[in-house]
Amino acid sequence: MDFGPHLLLAILEGAVGAAVLALTALGLSLVFGVMRVVNVAHGEFFMLGAVVAWFIASPIAGHPAIGFVAALALAPLVAGAIAVVVDRFVLKEVEYDPEATIVGTIGVLYIIQQSALMIYGPEARPVEPPFNHRIALPWFEWGETGLEFYYPWGLSTTSYKLFVIVAAIGILLAFWVIMSRTRLGLIMRATQLDRETALAFGIPVQRVYSIVFGFGAALAALAAVLIVPIQQAHYLMGHDPLLLSFIVVIIGGLGSVRGTVVAALLIGMSDGIISVFLSPTLSKILATLLVALVLVFRPQGLYGKKMA
Amino acid sequence: MTVDTRSVLLHLGLIALLIVLGLVLPTYHQGNLARILVLATYAIGFNVLFGYTGLLSLGHAMFFAAGMYGCGLAMHLGGWPVLSALGAGIIAAAVLSLIVALLALRTIGVAFMIVTLMFAQAFFLTALYLGEWTGGDEGFVIAQASRQIAGFALTDPLTRFFAALAVFSVALLITARMMHLPFGRVLIGVRENEERTRMLGYDTFRHKLLAVIISGTISGGAGAAYAVLFGYVGATFASVQYSIFPLLWVLLGGMGTTIGPLIGVAFMFYLIDYASGLTNAYLLIVGAALVLLTLFARAGIVGEIRKRWVPWLP
Amino acid sequence: MSLLLETKGLTRIYGGLRAVDGVDYTLAKGEIHALIGPNGAGKSTFVGMVSGRIPASEGEVWFEGQNITALPAHTRIRQGMAYTFQITAIYARLSLFDNVALALGRQDRTDVLGALDRVGLADRAMQTAGDLAYGHQRLLEIAMGVAQAPRLLILDEPTQGLAESEIEGFNTLIRSLAGDTTILLIEHNMQVVMALADEITVLDAGKILARGTPQDIHANADVQNAYLGTG
Repeated sequence: MDFGPHLLLAILEGAVGAAVLALTALGLSLVFGVMRVVNVAHGEFFMLGAVVAWFIASPIAGHPAIGFVAALALAPLVAGAIAVVVDRFVLKEVEYDPEATIVGTIGVLYIIQQSALMIYGPEARPVEPPFNHRIALPWFEWGETGLEFYYPWGLSTTSYKLFVIVAAIGILLAFWVIMSRTRLGLIMRATQLDRETALAFGIPVQRVYSIVFGFGAALAALAAVLIVPIQQAHYLMGHDPLLLSFIVVIIGGLGSVRGTVVAALLIGMSDGIISVFLSPTLSKILATLLVALVLVFRPQGLYGKKMA
Repeated sequence: MTVDTRSVLLHLGLIALLIVLGLVLPTYHQGNLARILVLATYAIGFNVLFGYTGLLSLGHAMFFAAGMYGCGLAMHLGGWPVLSALGAGIIAAAVLSLIVALLALRTIGVAFMIVTLMFAQAFFLTALYLGEWTGGDEGFVIAQASRQIAGFALTDPLTRFFAALAVFSVALLITARMMHLPFGRVLIGVRENEERTRMLGYDTFRHKLLAVIISGTISGGAGAAYAVLFGYVGATFASVQYSIFPLLWVLLGGMGTTIGPLIGVAFMFYLIDYASGLTNAYLLIVGAALVLLTLFARAGIVGEIRKRWVPWLP
Repeated sequence: MSLLLETKGLTRIYGGLRAVDGVDYTLAKGEIHALIGPNGAGKSTFVGMVSGRIPASEGEVWFEGQNITALPAHTRIRQGMAYTFQITAIYARLSLFDNVALALGRQDRTDVLGALDRVGLADRAMQTAGDLAYGHQRLLEIAMGVAQAPRLLILDEPTQGLAESEIEGFNTLIRSLAGDTTILLIEHNMQVVMALADEITVLDAGKILARGTPQDIHANADVQNAYLGTG
């Protein structure tokens, strides 16, 4: 393949990664923004989404779309419910102390991950996509008769990958509507701005925290259900999304939704594109160093607040 | 008897007890205890920063691994003798901790935790990327014949045990002494109230810088000793897990106590040893222990003993 | 009399607000000087800039004939300043002994107990500082300042939360330091000010409103309006 078609392919792959990453990172960012805590177990909720999706979809016979839709509806609920339990029994008990929460959620990370290993096992298993048509993509070049289109060998994507991108955009829009247009969004934003005042105005802050923590986990799980037909479910799959979400949230600015989405596009796309041309390990090294240096020299990120 | 005498007796008594254990224990437990002592040295290094200075690093594996690779590569590729290789490992860790400290100490709190985590991740990935020399995930084995000092083979279980004990004792006595000196008291001052300490005329940045370097260098020394004594070097030791372990050990044993790290490592080592016989998901124990400690016993084993019964414990 | 401390056009701007606005101030060696003024007048910000806790936006600080504006706080303290916080800032989880030993910079038993004795807390040396009653915590804070044997002791509202009898002891302690130690005192309690101060400076809205002996200030109509009249 020539460079041009190769780049187009890389951009498409990057866009799928960016879409899923935006959802996952948004969950982490929401939790940090409203609750001012870092959820180190966030990647495990992503993994839970994929693993639960497999448990839901695999026994369902008939068209794969039935199992997939069921997983799409139920897996985020399961992950969200587990997150609410974690909030009630761990985070609330340490009174959302930022450092204790990090140590506690590291513990939760191991508990969820190792429980998945016991129950689900060490294998990687796919969930069948609801539809999966190969779509060949055209490329152009200047020929003797002017602009000519042709279909280079290997330049193709699938309808499902395009669906993932569209679905992610839809979910992001829905998230934006919830945050800006609904009462629940208003309550979350009020709690984010000033916890004490929110309490004084009768907002049940503790319940808001539980909802936010569950909602953040559900977003990660939703992202995982979308990607699991492409990537397979595995008990260690939470590691990379956690790291990338950290990177996105820090670059984008903690608690800033706009920054998170912009950074997810930036990181997801460049991760996808760089991995095609460079070694993925090298691109990860550069990304992690970049993030560390952003935190050191520009702690407020692109948009948003300083982390203290 | 003054507090000072009591603490000297406690530390010397502990070392004497370990000598006796080394002589009487069967080979299997002797080997375990040697490993525990080296890992406890790592935990002591971590405790200098976390327990005494109040700075939580989530990236200490990079210092442990810097010592390990520095020493291991010097022997494996450079053919250096053990003592010079140990020196190379310790210097590698000291240099790395100086660089990390200068950057990471510009941040505080949660940002410090994440910056150290990210640096360690970059280190880990670099170790994988340079697989041609490091052996990547699989690592490499240091030739048995080269693992000896002045004719004493470190592959011999008893020699290895006493070498591990020597490393541990040096770290224990250095830190115990340090926390008695004004320098150590100021570290505690930084942990308890940094602003107040600064306004008593102490250069708190310089103290934190030194704390990171001392902590990183001791951790690196442990890593170098691990490479020499157990003959294996691998990227696992640079992974996130090995940054979380010392946190767990110190929390369990008692942060800011001199003997807590050893107690924490020993407890966890045998717990994991036992659990891994039951299930392959033995790291579940690690998770449960972390959550329970966060919820119920933030002072750890030795810390709780100190709080309840023996207030003079150093 | 020679000057210990001088500020020239010292200014601190928060956002757009000039919390301290071009203050020219001098303090002679050996004096007990009180800084008074209504809440928000900029007193704590002013002494914060003198001690280096708060960086100055503009202006200079001179200490013993040396321009120290660029020096960090800990260096200024090393050169002979001591600073006690308005909100008690002791090491709550350490013993009184350890608190004072950190202030002294050494663990000398006699010296530590001596410093505690000056505020009547020597018999509590091994207690945890955080367990003390609030008034005793204030006294410990003062003992830590005194233990540093500073040439300039800055006290930010030291008698807040002290009982009448403790204030009496505080006054005695400060008088005993006078001469060797120059004292800059922010104080709301006018009885303490009148009993101790050689001279008073009144700050209002970041500027010096008046300066003089306690009698002058008491008689000053501007001060009456701005500050004393309100209370």
